[in-house]
Amino acid sequence: MTAAATPEFEVANERNKRRRGLLMALPAYVYLILFFALPLIIVVVYSFATRNRFGGTDLSGWNLEAYAKLGEPIVRDILFRSLWLAIITTVICLLFAYPFAYFLATRSQVVRNLMLVFVMIPFWSNFLVRNYAWRVLLGNDGPVSRLTETIGLGETTILFTPTAVVLGLVYGFLPFMILPLYASIERMDWSLIEASRDLGATGLQTFRSVTFPLSLPGVIAGSILVFIPSLGAYVTPEILGGAKTTLLGSYIVTQFLTARNWPVGASVSTVLMVVMLAATLVYFRKGGRTL
Amino acid sequence: MAGNAQQLRGNTRWVLSLNAVLVYVFFYAPIALLILYSFSDDQLVGRWGGFTLDWYRAFGQNDEVQNALSVSLRVALISTLLSVVLGTMAALSLERFRFRGNRIFDALLYLPVIIPDVTMAVMMLIFFTSLDDIIGLQVTKGFTTITLSHVAFSISFVSIVVRARLAGMSETLEEAAQDLYASRWQAFRFVTLPLILPGIVGGALLALTLSLDDVVITQFVAGPGSTTLPVYVFGLIRRGVSPLINAVSVVMLAASVLLVVLSLVAQRARGGSVT
Repeated sequence: MTAAATPEFEVANERNKRRRGLLMALPAYVYLILFFALPLIIVVVYSFATRNRFGGTDLSGWNLEAYAKLGEPIVRDILFRSLWLAIITTVICLLFAYPFAYFLATRSQVVRNLMLVFVMIPFWSNFLVRNYAWRVLLGNDGPVSRLTETIGLGETTILFTPTAVVLGLVYGFLPFMILPLYASIERMDWSLIEASRDLGATGLQTFRSVTFPLSLPGVIAGSILVFIPSLGAYVTPEILGGAKTTLLGSYIVTQFLTARNWPVGASVSTVLMVVMLAATLVYFRKGGRTL
Repeated sequence: MAGNAQQLRGNTRWVLSLNAVLVYVFFYAPIALLILYSFSDDQLVGRWGGFTLDWYRAFGQNDEVQNALSVSLRVALISTLLSVVLGTMAALSLERFRFRGNRIFDALLYLPVIIPDVTMAVMMLIFFTSLDDIIGLQVTKGFTTITLSHVAFSISFVSIVVRARLAGMSETLEEAAQDLYASRWQAFRFVTLPLILPGIVGGALLALTLSLDDVVITQFVAGPGSTTLPVYVFGLIRRGVSPLINAVSVVMLAASVLLVVLSLVAQRARGGSVT
């Protein structure tokens, strides 16, 4: 009899446990559905709506007009400019972060932890303030300008240009590249590199055919972590960029707060969201885990 | 892996060291100069004009700044508290129980981390505005809408951090407690909670940082008379730089560095490495 009683008891227990699990998740579940999933759906709905003459939005009569607007030269330029700046930012981050992460991985444990702490501090520091610091530095008659004048390079006039935006983005997101790169280089099998050298490969050959391929998951993870926020950046271009270098983030904000064309703002947001989701899928596919 | 140090030879070693120095200078020089100039007695932001504390005094006397600061702190505390409770419960449930729909819930929990600020801001704005159109509920944008939005993105971060802590723990201790006739609540209170506390503290500090950092989402859901400090400062910066902003920035920076240090201490207590 006991043999038959046990499964029954376990089934009841299991059902009980499942119910408790659901109950425990319920508050967060309800909250996220109400204040996240629902707003998300509403944005997608708005992207198919029409703007009426009064700056309001008509939800009746769905259409693709707002998406058609993405093909117009002005919006297309903004789209390409944002993509281009995000790519440049990612490449520059990679160029500095890779050797840095490699160096970090070859230090002793104590030095490594200390160096990591000093990467984490800017990573966690207030993002707005870090952008503002560059505004002060690059300003007219600011410290950078005075420095370049003193050494005979003339005034620095990069504030309010795309260069300043890239500088600000690299400054903001470099730690996002360093951390996953470090994680993947650190757990690399170093004996493979020794083997390559023992077999007579030069340093460059070893790097190209052993080290780099082994660290590829870190390269991909870091690149996505830098590329995603760069593409949707709003604060950095607003503070360091000029009126001529509108990027996606600013364009969306303008559509909502000034131009009052919500369907277009919603459609650009939706496109941005889809790009991010696609990038995130690639990220998880490639084994990235550090979010 | 201490032997790795020998693998760098000659030129490579120099180039890598130089690069590391450059990266650190790049990270810290702007912050250091900003701090320095916040003590400068000169109307121009980037010029040294002798030591002064005037800008910090102005910071203390500026009513708008003080008001924004108080909104920021209240929003940060309330949204952190709410998201810690909700996020921890979600984490416990997802790590400890299997129930129907938990995969969907998993995805729903990750989304707010992935979605760009701007999109989230747009979502919250349209949502609060359309509440009026759809169910006739008039929402005044301000303190409440800001707090609700902050909770919406913080829950996910808290639950990810707490889950990371839970993932490495077996259930045996909790089971032992229950076998020894502890009630479910007692087992949680005296066994589970102390074990996951470092994770909860880490998650709370992350939620605080995110709330105190946010500009974009808050800007969309803030109302006249109730903005947070970052949004207020962002508005000031767009009109131009000023030594007052330098001082406010340094205070904000000090607050975030304090939070980093606290979270590193919390992680130390967790016994893990700094990553």
